[in-house]
Amino acid sequence: MADKEVKLMKGNEVIAHAAIRYGCDGYFGYPITPQSEVMETLMELKPWETTGMVVLQAESEISSVNMVYGGASTGKRVMTSSSSPGISLMAEGISYLAGAELPCLIVNCQRGGPGLGTIQPSQGDYFQACKGGGHGDYKLIVFAPNSVQEMHDHVFEAFDLAFKYRNPAMILADGAIGQMMEKVVLAPQRPRKSDAEIAAECRTWAANGKPADRERNVVTSLELQSEKMEIINHRLQEKYRMMEECEVRYEEIGCEDADYVIVAFGSSARICSATVEMARAEGLKVGLLRPITLYPFPTKRIAELAARGVRGFLSAELNAGQMVEDVRLAVNGKAPVEHYGRQGGMLFAPDEVLAALKDKLIKK
Amino acid sequence: MAEVEIKREHLVYAKPKLILDNVMHYCPGCSHGTVHKLVAEVIEELGLADKTVGVSPVGCSVFAYNYIDIDWIEAAHGRALAVASAVKRLYPGNMVFTYQGDGDLSAIGTAESIHAAARGENVVAIYINNAIYGMTGGQMAPTTLLGMKTATTPYGRDPRLNGYPYKIAEMMAHLDGATYITRQSVHKPANVRKCKAAIKKAFQRSMEGKGFSLVEVVSTCNSGWKMSPVASNEWMEQNMLPFYPLGDIKDVDVK
Repeated sequence: MADKEVKLMKGNEVIAHAAIRYGCDGYFGYPITPQSEVMETLMELKPWETTGMVVLQAESEISSVNMVYGGASTGKRVMTSSSSPGISLMAEGISYLAGAELPCLIVNCQRGGPGLGTIQPSQGDYFQACKGGGHGDYKLIVFAPNSVQEMHDHVFEAFDLAFKYRNPAMILADGAIGQMMEKVVLAPQRPRKSDAEIAAECRTWAANGKPADRERNVVTSLELQSEKMEIINHRLQEKYRMMEECEVRYEEIGCEDADYVIVAFGSSARICSATVEMARAEGLKVGLLRPITLYPFPTKRIAELAARGVRGFLSAELNAGQMVEDVRLAVNGKAPVEHYGRQGGMLFAPDEVLAALKDKLIKK
Repeated sequence: MAEVEIKREHLVYAKPKLILDNVMHYCPGCSHGTVHKLVAEVIEELGLADKTVGVSPVGCSVFAYNYIDIDWIEAAHGRALAVASAVKRLYPGNMVFTYQGDGDLSAIGTAESIHAAARGENVVAIYINNAIYGMTGGQMAPTTLLGMKTATTPYGRDPRLNGYPYKIAEMMAHLDGATYITRQSVHKPANVRKCKAAIKKAFQRSMEGKGFSLVEVVSTCNSGWKMSPVASNEWMEQNMLPFYPLGDIKDVDVK
């Protein structure tokens, strides 16, 4: 085992390094700001010469997500990355991936929208990531990294969960996390799974060439008989309930005695951790709850905090108010829930969030 | 009752082993059944059954996976060649082909198709051109002939209103990555034999890493055309083949 390797890197570069080190089999992508370094780094590292990982630049995000669909259909560990407008183009493919129950990793390094919007960071794709985005009833496993280290770690965790549940997973980062440089501890290189290992592990479903001793595998999301389709729908929903039961991840700072709780994810959670310090210095009992998985969402924990007597929740997001809806559902009327946000690629400062907390919740 | 045993020397035809016994959903007279059989025969004859991954489209042949006993991936509408590109790159020793209609390959999937060809992916696209959308009820296809009546061109295809039909095979022939482009049909026994030879050649080339192959099969859709199977064959010969002439369009070594 190699010694732990510590590097200074951009979040986007780390996605590429982590993918190779995880033993990813294929990356398929299309350039878009602010995440182009992912494919640029992969092309520079040439993993096809070392681990055998395939890297391919497609003609569009529609094509790259369908390459992911093809690769995932064979049981290989495959991924793509993009930013908001590109993820919109992938929405069709993501729905098919979820419908056909294919494990894969999609990284969204969010920028501001709608439309072409801006290339600066945003968290405006929370709804798209957590509430669908594509058609039909489905869920993605959604990770929200708040550091370059988590960009690295979430590649491993998201791939593992994607295969555990045979479901697409997404890392919902943003331009700030993707572009900033930080220290990162890189995991040692893992070997890629051999074709024989994949054939054995994914024997019941993967389409990679039918040996004589098994039935043919058909990867599809199609079922024209409504009675049968509903059974498939129920099975998917059952899988999502299992994820909600077993896979919720979050971090808390000072929530034990908090009168007020800020709920924030990704880059905004990082800013809000400074807000908590400022508030505590003023004698205000403020805590931070940071969902690490946005789906499944830490609904139970927020409900517990509300039941315990937290006097108000502030959902601080770089959007016009998206996650706040899930916070409200979790609090279920037991305490006021407000939103504070910036848009257009603007970030908020810690004192701005504290002022909003005072204005919207404490003064009332 | 004992089965009648046919001596090997008397056998002139047998169902390919890879063709499953599922009842086909295709209309009687449709070309799909014949082309499916040819694909199954070629896979069997080349001994590729355990190495082949088929990618089925959206359209009439969406259920191709019900009829040939190999692994299949059902792709989103038009995306089959993107799907196939990744499978082949990840399993270069496998045989990967798509089976697509004219709407799938040359309307909604034009970008995916052209770019797979341009990249020179070592895959085969079987392209059924029957000048109509069969599955959705007979609407205009990119290959619908001028003057041809469909559900969305009820007065005949008018270029001022509906644009012109186009030949994606000839377009692909301009691409360096596309090395074998051929147009076949299955409306007569001689054509069936030629079509099988073309599919076999494409599959062999793909396994030899010789680049992208397209086998277009000018086909009938008697239900969509609202003709008998026999009349459809005659209509195809008189109207389709002058615009979509049969034969090899390109056959070169990879650069």
